[in-house]
Amino acid sequence: MNVHVKYRVGKSRLIQACIVMLAFLITIPLFAIIVYIFKEGITKINWTFLTKIPKPVGETGGGIVNALVGSLSLVLVASIIAIPISILCGIYLSENKTSRLSYWSRLAVDVLQGVPSIVVGIVVYFWIVKPLGTFSAFSGSIALAIMMLPIMIRSTEETLKMIPSSLKEAGLALGLPYHKVILKVILPCGVSGILSGILLSIARVAGETAPLLFTAFGNPFLNTNMLKPMQSLPLIIFNYATSPYDDWHDLAWGAALVLLFIVLSLNIITKLITKRWNVQL
Amino acid sequence: MDAGINKSSRRSHKQIRMEVAFRRMLMMIAIVMVILVLGIMLTLTIESIPSIKSLGIKYLWGKTWDPVNNVYGAYPFLIGTLLTSFLALIISIPFSFAIAIYLGEYNSKGWLSNFLKNTVELIAAVPSVIYGFWGLIVLVPLVRELEMKFNVLPYGIGIFTSSIILAIMIIPYAASMGREVIKMVPSNLKEGAYSLGATRYEVIKNIILPYTKSGLFAGILLSLGRALGETMAVTMVIGNTSLLPTSIFSPGNTMASVIANEFTEADHTVYLSALIELGLVLFVVTVIINVIGKSIIKRFAND
Repeated sequence: MNVHVKYRVGKSRLIQACIVMLAFLITIPLFAIIVYIFKEGITKINWTFLTKIPKPVGETGGGIVNALVGSLSLVLVASIIAIPISILCGIYLSENKTSRLSYWSRLAVDVLQGVPSIVVGIVVYFWIVKPLGTFSAFSGSIALAIMMLPIMIRSTEETLKMIPSSLKEAGLALGLPYHKVILKVILPCGVSGILSGILLSIARVAGETAPLLFTAFGNPFLNTNMLKPMQSLPLIIFNYATSPYDDWHDLAWGAALVLLFIVLSLNIITKLITKRWNVQL
Repeated sequence: MDAGINKSSRRSHKQIRMEVAFRRMLMMIAIVMVILVLGIMLTLTIESIPSIKSLGIKYLWGKTWDPVNNVYGAYPFLIGTLLTSFLALIISIPFSFAIAIYLGEYNSKGWLSNFLKNTVELIAAVPSVIYGFWGLIVLVPLVRELEMKFNVLPYGIGIFTSSIILAIMIIPYAASMGREVIKMVPSNLKEGAYSLGATRYEVIKNIILPYTKSGLFAGILLSLGRALGETMAVTMVIGNTSLLPTSIFSPGNTMASVIANEFTEADHTVYLSALIELGLVLFVVTVIINVIGKSIIKRFAND
């Protein structure tokens, strides 16, 4: 009997040790990637790297300012398009929990979240690039905006759902019109949750490459015209990493470090916000 | 006095109109979301009609993909996609379940579990192009050495390498879903088992796993959906050949990577349309998988 109990306890301990070990193995690839990219990238980053455009193959030096400016404008325009739409849609879904439209709308958001990013690229190509006749930064922003919608809508909906209905009722009872109750009472209460949703979706699309392949397309020169092709950080990494030239690999490492830094900082900032205000996402 | 009443009633009239307009706008945005998804579906279908018309259903079984001679068969890419995704799933499941059990049951509070939780979230945050780049430079030479030991052609790039990268990328999805459902196991069930003298392993095996079966399955489905649609990391390390893969070490192509590579080069209607049909298949499959996964989770959370 005693032997049997010992055997069971021993087995339990052994399996616990295995599970703990397996669980913590996941930290290896993350730190391997961060350390490797930091090591390769940090030596390439200097003032020229951040302020010059790439040099042609064979010439050393050059930088990625076109990709930095491009990524910034692409994400900025995408946010301007996506933020109002997703906040309004989130309000609708949290206010109308059981209506038929909200069922279909919620299903649409679920579907949108699962759409592979390359498919978004194809669709936007046919919606915008083909009618306009040229690859453009604007079409890239639309593609990114479509990728941002589901994340932001979900976080807005979840945040607003948790705000007690007594607040809304108090506002309405005082005679405030509905839109003022929503915009001036409910939204300010949920601002931290909505903000973290916005940051999270920006972090997600800042690293997206696939939807930009057939839309923003890439551009070796500095461009600020939204109707022309534009470079972005993920695109420059993809193009230069798969090229056979060492100079371009160097640029790609530097760009990878910059992108990784931006994306991870955005995630950590979001983490701090959710912790500070106790938001559930 | 009169003027004051008039003014305030005019103002409240205006407020009511604003209120109605606001409600309408909310509703319209909700409709726009539905239209957006229908539009995506419609565009993909319409644009793949030329290929559906000229190639028919045998498109999916055709074994050769040769755009130069106008022969299009998607079979190598279907196989490539299924092989990479399922291999990635098999590699990732032990890790994601271990993380889920650790965070959900063994140690759900404290700095160590917080550290692991944040690590998993950051794994999900790293852009796929960075995984691809790292895989290309670091993982490919390692796999090449492994292949030399196994006496297979040492390509380095290929299905196996992509599966490893994919596995790392999808672990967070199944892990965080698994953690959520394991936390939902009622503690009286677990306490009952403990009070009968069950060990921790026995509680996990006989109480937690049976109770969370459907939730864990949904987590696997969601990560499968991710793996099927993942483009950039796979494109960079799979080797991009349209030949039918002969083993898990041979180079290949997935549906998403073919689209990424050839879409801007497609110079005639049927070629382009054949690529879009791949996108349509990908869209339909991932949507079905995601919707099933989410509905399982919803039912689990409601029970």
